[in-house]
Amino acid sequence: MSVRHSLLALLSEGPKYGFQLRQEFESSTGEVWPLNVGQVYTTLQRLERDGLAQSDDIEEDERQKNYRITEKGGEELSRWLRTPPDLSEPPRDELVIKVLVASRLANVDVYEVIQLHRRYIVQLMQQWTRLKEDESHFDLAFALAVDAELFRLDAVVRWLDSADGRLHRATIEPTPENALALPSIRRRTGTHR
Amino acid sequence: MSMLELRSVSKRYGQGANEVDAISDIDLAVERGSLVAIMGPSGSGKSTLLTIAGSLEEPTTGEVVIDGARVSGMSRNDKARLRRRSVGYVFQDFNLLAGLTAVENVSLPLELDGVSMKKARAQGMVALEGLGLADRAESFPDQLSGGERQRVAIARAVVGERSLLLADEPSGALDSVNGEAVMRMILSACHGGVAAVVVTHDAKLASWADRVVFLRDGRAVDETLPPPSPEELLNPDAPNPA
Repeated sequence: MSVRHSLLALLSEGPKYGFQLRQEFESSTGEVWPLNVGQVYTTLQRLERDGLAQSDDIEEDERQKNYRITEKGGEELSRWLRTPPDLSEPPRDELVIKVLVASRLANVDVYEVIQLHRRYIVQLMQQWTRLKEDESHFDLAFALAVDAELFRLDAVVRWLDSADGRLHRATIEPTPENALALPSIRRRTGTHR
Repeated sequence: MSMLELRSVSKRYGQGANEVDAISDIDLAVERGSLVAIMGPSGSGKSTLLTIAGSLEEPTTGEVVIDGARVSGMSRNDKARLRRRSVGYVFQDFNLLAGLTAVENVSLPLELDGVSMKKARAQGMVALEGLGLADRAESFPDQLSGGERQRVAIARAVVGERSLLLADEPSGALDSVNGEAVMRMILSACHGGVAAVVVTHDAKLASWADRVVFLRDGRAVDETLPPPSPEELLNPDAPNPA
């Protein structure tokens, strides 16, 4: 959750004092995201610096300063709400890195690591499929959403299968092609020998 | 009691330098009403496992028990009878006989087992109706769509009192919606008391199973954990079973 945009959202409701923003932020995010005082006030300072919020300069104390959102701040909030989230799927990239690291370590069985992740994902898929099983409460929108999740997870399993096969082939027939492939992978993920 | 049990089953092909272990030391028990999926890459021994489970092939060592009966001690005839009466097979390419109608295809195994033609046909119709194919009973395979052909193949596999269903890549070349329909049918046969084993490399199909066993180089290396209890689902803070 973005502190910056959450504060802009709170300010879009009307002008607020520093301490009030902090209180509202805390009550809206609960204990999930405990925030130190400094983070709210430094973020407010940055919002002001960037012209997204404005304060009256009468008070020296940040807590007592009254803030309001600027036109530019309103535009920024609107833009953020409509910007698609990052679809690069960090968990999958994390998995790629884990398998690559495992494949470089002599004391780690990369196939065991692959299988552990494969099993975990198939179990997740079983849970999603069970939700689809009951057709008496069939809901088209729900089925489409569950399918989307299943296809995404299926793609991860397929990648694991292909990684498994590729690594296996590279060990039994270390062709020049395979030898060339490894350094380029190393370069791209930034791992070193 | 398990409907199907494999005890330390191994299968070795070839001799001397050409010796290959297709499967090694497999233990597997499938209860009535449950669906087990076997996943693994090509050459991992999935199909060998299925042909041995269906008593189409003898294991080199180990034991296969179907519905309480040890297959290895049986005569050829007894084995054939067990297959006709208890075991249904579904293959990737359907294997329907082109010269027979849908209902004739489905009732054929019963007729081969000595059931009268009239009675076999009646049971064949019941199986087809169960899969929503009653109106296609008189069609020949080439008049049916791929999805319909596979439904006929499933009807043939569960016709009569068959209680063990073995399927090798049952969704074959079907699209994902038809593939899902095939799995739903196998699952509904399981809810009716059939024990089923489905071999597949497709995780989406395998995820319909109660249990997924992972094969690698002929060995069962891993399997999914039992599903979380309702309490665990209601309490997402509980530690993940994986």
